[in-house]
Amino acid sequence: MALTVELALQLLQIGMVVAIAPLIMGITRKVRARLLRRRGPPLVQPYLDLWKLMHKEVVVAPNASWVYRRAPYVVFAATWVAAGLVPTYATGLLFSWSADLIAVIALLGTARFALALAGMDVGTAFGGLGSSREMMIASLAEPAMLLISFAVALIAGTTQLSAIAALFSTGDVGVRVSLGLALLALIVVGIAENARIPIDNPATHLELTMVHEAMILEYSGRHLAMIEAAAQLKLVLYFSLVACLFAPFGMAVGGDQSALALGIGIVTFLGKLAVFAVLLPIAETTVAKMRVFRYPAFVGSAFAAAALAVFLRFVSRGF
Amino acid sequence: MAEDRISALLADALTVVALRPWPRYEVDTTAFEAIAQALGDGEREMLALWADTGMVHMALRRIGEAPCVVSTAVIDGRFPSVGCRHAPAIRPERAIRDLYGYEPVGAPDLRPWLDHGAWTLAHPLGSRGQAVPRDPADYDMLPVVGEGLHQIPVGPVHAGIIEPGHFRFTANGETVVRLEERLGYVHKGIDVLTTNVPVEQAAKVVARVSGDSTVAASFAYALAVEAALGIEVPRRAAVIRGVMAELERLANHFGDIGAICNDAAFAIMLAHCGIYRERILAASAAVFAHRLMMDTIVPGGVTTNVTAEGARLIAAALDEISPAFDEIVRLYEDTPSIQDRTCGTGHLAADLAVRFAAGGPVGRASARDFDARRDLAYAPYAGRDFEVPVLTAGDVDARVQIRIREVAASMKMIREWLRALPVGPILAPVPDAVAPCEGIAVTEAFRGDLLVWLRLLPGRKVARCHVRDASWFQWPLLEAAIEGNIVADFPLCNKSFNCSYSGHDL
Repeated sequence: MALTVELALQLLQIGMVVAIAPLIMGITRKVRARLLRRRGPPLVQPYLDLWKLMHKEVVVAPNASWVYRRAPYVVFAATWVAAGLVPTYATGLLFSWSADLIAVIALLGTARFALALAGMDVGTAFGGLGSSREMMIASLAEPAMLLISFAVALIAGTTQLSAIAALFSTGDVGVRVSLGLALLALIVVGIAENARIPIDNPATHLELTMVHEAMILEYSGRHLAMIEAAAQLKLVLYFSLVACLFAPFGMAVGGDQSALALGIGIVTFLGKLAVFAVLLPIAETTVAKMRVFRYPAFVGSAFAAAALAVFLRFVSRGF
Repeated sequence: MAEDRISALLADALTVVALRPWPRYEVDTTAFEAIAQALGDGEREMLALWADTGMVHMALRRIGEAPCVVSTAVIDGRFPSVGCRHAPAIRPERAIRDLYGYEPVGAPDLRPWLDHGAWTLAHPLGSRGQAVPRDPADYDMLPVVGEGLHQIPVGPVHAGIIEPGHFRFTANGETVVRLEERLGYVHKGIDVLTTNVPVEQAAKVVARVSGDSTVAASFAYALAVEAALGIEVPRRAAVIRGVMAELERLANHFGDIGAICNDAAFAIMLAHCGIYRERILAASAAVFAHRLMMDTIVPGGVTTNVTAEGARLIAAALDEISPAFDEIVRLYEDTPSIQDRTCGTGHLAADLAVRFAAGGPVGRASARDFDARRDLAYAPYAGRDFEVPVLTAGDVDARVQIRIREVAASMKMIREWLRALPVGPILAPVPDAVAPCEGIAVTEAFRGDLLVWLRLLPGRKVARCHVRDASWFQWPLLEAAIEGNIVADFPLCNKSFNCSYSGHDL
């Protein structure tokens, strides 16, 4: 009986992230549209788009290999698993032992690898351009992300997200300089990984400036739906990562599986996501996209901040 | 003015009196070659190069002088190439070759330009023979040799809703080594459509060469007809034309400023500039019954009067936009991230701007101090004092800044005109030509100088008409401006030039 409940709670989290991901994307688009004095699409538009894409014909280049056809599913699966592992409304769920920060990074890396391969598969100029830019960004963002996890792990003594969230939610850790630096780094990495302004422009129609969009330019139908859904999931993943590491309040911790605690957990989680989804486009509206060759400086600052966070921990336990 | 080689060559040339207001000289092949050579040496600027049945014409200008037209007869379907001596002439010559079948002797580039192989008629203005169908995709791009180079073909169909054009980038990683354009996808046969047609019909065709410059094109066409027939336009009509031309400039500059920033993902500028553009278009629609004011300027004057109410409406729209626009300009100037993208990007060297006689914001941002409204003055600009901004930086930011300053100058001019609109009629009668006569005129469109040449026949007919958009001499410069920039900066450079596809492909 207990196992059934545990499993149900875990599945609830896995199902919830995939269910709300389009809505979160819808909120960011709506807020951005309002900031640009447009009415904007309805909040449920991303759901409708996915539905539409699922029912459209798939057009595949004649020279596409199996990599091109399988990649969207690999991308979606890897991203979904990663997003389903990050603690959202409660810690200590059934699969929490596997919710390791490094595992999450590896899963996202797998998804990116598959997508970059698929981008180059049909041999169009834009696919190759997008893949090369994506890999350049990844080569900067992934080390930064690993350092962020080390900075956090040095405080919590583990890389298990569930355990970290449980520890941080107690308030014993307090305000720390190293955590502040890690948060800063995580935000920068999140912007780069999710192809947001100033790294990439998700709304652009300019083939030559695209990164993420250039890789998937050839995709259509259900393949595109998979990739779009994965992109939405990735945004939710980063939002929940920030929430669980740096704002773990409201989560049901310590195996408290009462309906009240879980309910509070879910409501606060959704509230946090909504707040992030509003803050992101506000920040995006105030800046222009940066030059491609400025990416190393921008994402490199995340690496520097994360490295500083790790070093500070070695200097003094107080940081 | 000191005598130069071209003046000496033209001194004993035969003057054709039919063209007004500029002189037209007919020279033989040898003199034409010598003039082309002097042109290549930088003695004059070439304003246009076009053909006519059995003739090739070239409009030349020396700074501070009225321009002139030099013509030479096409002998055995051949004429001396200007392009081999003066690079800006290469594309016009290729167009002449496609349309008329005249061979530019010694031309460095004989690839088709406008004719992509899909026409049913070969040389539609020349032999009009049956065309041999070719594969439109079969086109020899210029070879680029080097280690580690790769090509990126872009277009003609683009991901955004823009006009068609093909761009072939040769890049080394992200750095552009060479850009080659291929245009002509929106060829509409304007030259054929304006051959042997009534004056009114040609006016409609010219107004539709490029919708965003319809006022400037109609303006130039009307001026050319009026010059040919010696018509004096009523004072009130001239001022109303000026108001329309400046409203068109405002609307397009707002659109451009916003769109340039949007290409750097700074969408807030586009959002606000889009509103200003819409206000101008709405005011135009209310006063002139057409958002783009199409067909409102006709030979002899204008078709729509500006009432006191209409003048108030336009002034109110300007009063509303002006302070808000100042604020958005401050936002542009005070945001480091957008400045970082525009400053230093897409640098166009001043000597190239002069060599290609680049008009409009493209030329003025690269130190070429030329504005047709001032330097080839026509009513209602003649004798007026207005600011012509000139910058030397030559980058995307300079081209934005030129537009920003022109917005202010245009607003000032419109306000002054509306405050003291002359009274009187708005349309003068257009007499019929008693003998074949020619007219030529240049107006300053928002992109730059727009030239119209035409020949009228008795019976209210246009025998031939040629429209030359500023883009003809700006497109080649874009190829130069992008060199050494990164691939991802091309949209920004391209939008800061904002050359017309439709106006160029004719």
